[in-house]
Amino acid sequence: MQLEHYLYISIILFSLGVFAVLTRRNAISILMGVELILNSCNLNFVAFSSFITRDITGQMVALFGIVLAAAEAAVFLSIILSIYNEFSSINPDQTDTLKG
Amino acid sequence: MDWTQTLFWFFFVMTIGSAVFVVTVRNLVHAAFWLMITLFCVAALYVFLQADFLAATQVVVYVGGILVLVLFGVMMTSGKLDVNLKFGQGQLISGGIISIALLVILFLVVHQTNWQTTENRFENEGTTSLIGEAIMREFLLPFEVASIILLIALIGAVLITRKGVKKEDAA
Repeated sequence: MQLEHYLYISIILFSLGVFAVLTRRNAISILMGVELILNSCNLNFVAFSSFITRDITGQMVALFGIVLAAAEAAVFLSIILSIYNEFSSINPDQTDTLKG
Repeated sequence: MDWTQTLFWFFFVMTIGSAVFVVTVRNLVHAAFWLMITLFCVAALYVFLQADFLAATQVVVYVGGILVLVLFGVMMTSGKLDVNLKFGQGQLISGGIISIALLVILFLVVHQTNWQTTENRFENEGTTSLIGEAIMREFLLPFEVASIILLIALIGAVLITRKGVKKEDAA
């Protein structure tokens, strides 16, 4: 249970999240990838605060990260619903009205 | 190797395995449930890091809130619950290359850095009172800003969705 073990978990979660964001063709899957990325960041903050700074600061930052993730998920899903009403699809490849 | 160590490795493997399923499984609802297992395992890792309040918050906010939102999103946008997710071939290759490159680079960074960890663990009797004090002292401004951001996000979410509904009625 070294610091490196937590960092390895967080690296793998981050890479998987980036993979989901880049390859998935459904906006909700992309949201799941973003949640994985946010979780890996929070895990990093908590691991550093537990192993290096030895105080509560990292946990506070992770707490605000969770709050921002909740706000982000709400706005993301409302945008997805609007897109679905407009295009009848949530495939990001099909919502290309602004493409020249 | 005591049982705490065994439990840690169990959650280590579970976190990574369920996250792999989140990004590879083709059924959207199954992906959401694998995401739930990942979030639970991250909460367990917070417990190993002596962040008990954060672990509880993770379960309440992520599993209770965000995951339910995601499932609602799946139900409202697909009509039927078994949505098939297809990977684009070109995107799959380039996305795989980029994420594996990120993985390797970050792994090397973590592996080669000499982390200055101290031996004595962070001792406390529960972090809840510490977090409450910190919120009312040095984190008062971020706390207020976060509450305003949440309010703005919720009002904005309602507004965006309402506009779409009105437009559909008019058309």
